[in-house]
Amino acid sequence: MKASFSVNNRPAEVDGHPMERLLDVLRERLGLTGTKEGCGEGECGACTVLMDGEPVLSCLVPLLQCEGRRIETVEGIAAGPARDFLERFVATGGVQCGACTPGIVVTAWSLLERNPEPSREEAREALAGNLCRCTGYEGILRAICKETES
Amino acid sequence: MNGIGESPPRPDGFAKVSGAAVYLDDISLPGMWHGATVRSPHPHARIRSIRFDPAAAPAGTVCVTAADLPGPNGVQLLDDGWPILADGFVLHVGEPVALVAAPTRLEARQALAAVTVDYEPLAAVLTLEEATALPPLYELRMESGDVDAALSRAEHVIEGEYRTGHQEHIYIECQGMIAEPAEDGGILVTGSMQCPYYVHKALVHALGLPDDRARVRASVVGGGFGGKEDFPSALALHAALLARACGRPVKMVYDRHEDIVGTSKRHPAVIRHRTGVDGDGRLLALDGEILLDGGAYKTLSPVVLSRALLHAFGPYRWPNVRLQGKVLRTHTAPNSAFRGFGAPQVEFAIERQMDRIGRALGLDPYEIRDRNVVEPGDRLPTGQVLDATTSARLCLEEAERRTGFRAKWKALEAAREGISGGDGEPRRGIGLALYFHGAGFTGNGERKMKSPVTARLLEDGRIEVLTAMTDMGQGCVAVFPQIAAAAAGIGPEDLVFAPPDTGDVPDSGPTVASRTTMIVGALIARTVSELRDRVLAGSGPGESFREAARRYREEAGPVEVTFRHEPPEDQAFDESTYRGAAYPTYAWGADVVEVEVDPDTLAVRPLQATVVCEVGRAIHKTLCAGQIEGGTLQALGWALLEEVKLQDGRYLNDRLATYIIPTIKDCPRIDVHLLERAWEGGPFGAKGVGELPMDGGAPAAVQAIENATGLTVDEIPATPERLMRAQEVAR
Repeated sequence: MKASFSVNNRPAEVDGHPMERLLDVLRERLGLTGTKEGCGEGECGACTVLMDGEPVLSCLVPLLQCEGRRIETVEGIAAGPARDFLERFVATGGVQCGACTPGIVVTAWSLLERNPEPSREEAREALAGNLCRCTGYEGILRAICKETES
Repeated sequence: MNGIGESPPRPDGFAKVSGAAVYLDDISLPGMWHGATVRSPHPHARIRSIRFDPAAAPAGTVCVTAADLPGPNGVQLLDDGWPILADGFVLHVGEPVALVAAPTRLEARQALAAVTVDYEPLAAVLTLEEATALPPLYELRMESGDVDAALSRAEHVIEGEYRTGHQEHIYIECQGMIAEPAEDGGILVTGSMQCPYYVHKALVHALGLPDDRARVRASVVGGGFGGKEDFPSALALHAALLARACGRPVKMVYDRHEDIVGTSKRHPAVIRHRTGVDGDGRLLALDGEILLDGGAYKTLSPVVLSRALLHAFGPYRWPNVRLQGKVLRTHTAPNSAFRGFGAPQVEFAIERQMDRIGRALGLDPYEIRDRNVVEPGDRLPTGQVLDATTSARLCLEEAERRTGFRAKWKALEAAREGISGGDGEPRRGIGLALYFHGAGFTGNGERKMKSPVTARLLEDGRIEVLTAMTDMGQGCVAVFPQIAAAAAGIGPEDLVFAPPDTGDVPDSGPTVASRTTMIVGALIARTVSELRDRVLAGSGPGESFREAARRYREEAGPVEVTFRHEPPEDQAFDESTYRGAAYPTYAWGADVVEVEVDPDTLAVRPLQATVVCEVGRAIHKTLCAGQIEGGTLQALGWALLEEVKLQDGRYLNDRLATYIIPTIKDCPRIDVHLLERAWEGGPFGAKGVGELPMDGGAPAAVQAIENATGLTVDEIPATPERLMRAQEVAR
């Protein structure tokens, strides 16, 4: 099938199998390798992207669901107004190995757009679907929640 | 903000948060094919035949079996006893039997069906109990003093048996490797790894290549935790064999399922202690037995067992110690390096044993530790005299001061009504553990390696530092420049760090054993300082370092300094008697963990972890704390959630949907407090930190469960199912 949608505010047209994973479309057809595969079954959140502004797991989204949608990946978010947040994310120790990071950045950014000053509990709720094995999540929470900063 | 103890942004940070960092699976080369692995479905079987039917596979598919190997069928580590591909027999489920490569990832997977293996299943040994009847893969013992005499005199003799389970690394980036054949018959391998020179050694050994025909580059590493210490050597060989067979670059990237099935885990352990104690709770003798499940092949298990023995006595004074350790062989995937490397298992056991002693004598967990904790100048059972930075007591006291542990523990003990009350109110508990970790290689490892670091002057006047260390997230990319800049008194802009590529960098050893900052960091400080001295010796007034360096380079030509690590003479260890300095120094820690236990479901929720650590000086405070935060959660996952379930040698939970690691909602608030005391042997006083935080979380958490419920927990993970069994035993 042919599907037309936008990726990081640019039009994309992809001709592929309707069940092709959005994750593979992004990484292999569009060269957007910032989105990572951690488990391939929707458990780890490393492949999170925004679809019409909502976080989705791109390993579970088939091409056929992408028609007419607006997709944003970590590359798009990093090129936009998230820069300060991303620098903060590095400074607080939110990133170590970085493999979960794109998914966490995407999820966290969509939270911050809705709720610029989330509580620790709100941040924990939003990030419940993103696994990180390096940080113990503390550095990530320091980046997102101002109350945790001290 | 680039000084020692400050926290400059890690240089790779923005690339990682913006998706620009290039991991192995993000690399695609022209003409590259993909590899896949045919694996054993049996825990133990004879291979009658392997048949590849090209007609059933995508066009051009190549297949490699043990029969096609150009040299010895072994992954060179301590020895080469771990087969590259099974030959004649398979010894565990998931063992690689054949490899295929095809033009796409999908076609490579389809090609697996074209390989038919005929097996004759054989009886399998699957538990440690069955394995004790067979010859061990490895054994060790150490003894000091007269344990039998001390036990016969002791007022109390207390016995305990403790069990810990497998743990899967779950680095978020799965194992991955790309091999490219070179025209001269050599091979270039790029991959996710901790130890480029281990991979290099394995390639030249198995492929019969001269050293300079194999080149190994580490890509950005998406997590390691020990899981990328030895396994990448096997995967690199697999990719290299396929690349040679098809004459193209071949990529092999495991999906999560394959990564769990096919790679190593933390050794399950059974530890038995018999302890003699006097009437005041002073420790007199420890008689301990450590059994590790090595899985099917030895891999790094002998070294893991060695570290286990050397941490089994905990941070306590023991006049008499006898320890016997065995790595037993089962028909399961080989267990190998995982953060802590044998220490977490034995420290869980000794901490639980201390709790048992305390209960027997009516002493609270703080008191029993306080009476026996090691101090500077004390001797370990190896005879090693502990140095001035021995901080176990400091950590213990600071943890008490910050948490009020004793009063809380006693109040909860006194108020405890047991778990079976029907009110449904969560039960609270608090637990304390004291721990230590020897930093750097065990025994004479560093002396044997004499690892080098090189610094050279570039034409533009910058200093290039060359090491083989990889950054798997821990942050040596930030810490090394801090050390080099501070040691040489130059700016970070005057420094450049070569990527870990065996074609360029010297073999400064593996990125393991909490040695990177402490050992390699100290060498960087020396080499860069020496180069700086040479430059400045001839510098003119008012000349910047860069100007002077550029001029010196122009006049002197290529300038290079290499220093090797040489442990001080008094840091000797006798591997036959287990006497001497097993580690150059130790890092110390105390954890207080508070939990809530649901009385109906027996689910445990950790609420708060207070972690007090002494790791010498912290070079980069945020990254140092990050190691401790992450390690603490990994320890709590091992203690409470993470369980590898095996049936007939097969993993029942070989996916992230069923192998559960802590999410952000399973994570307590983790408060880290660094007690900084400079250790003279480390760069600016730093000790190793990476593994230490894996040692304390589990015993602290289960002591808290015991405090909350009154249930004795001697086995982890302390899942609700296990707690229910403990409850049934208690009734």
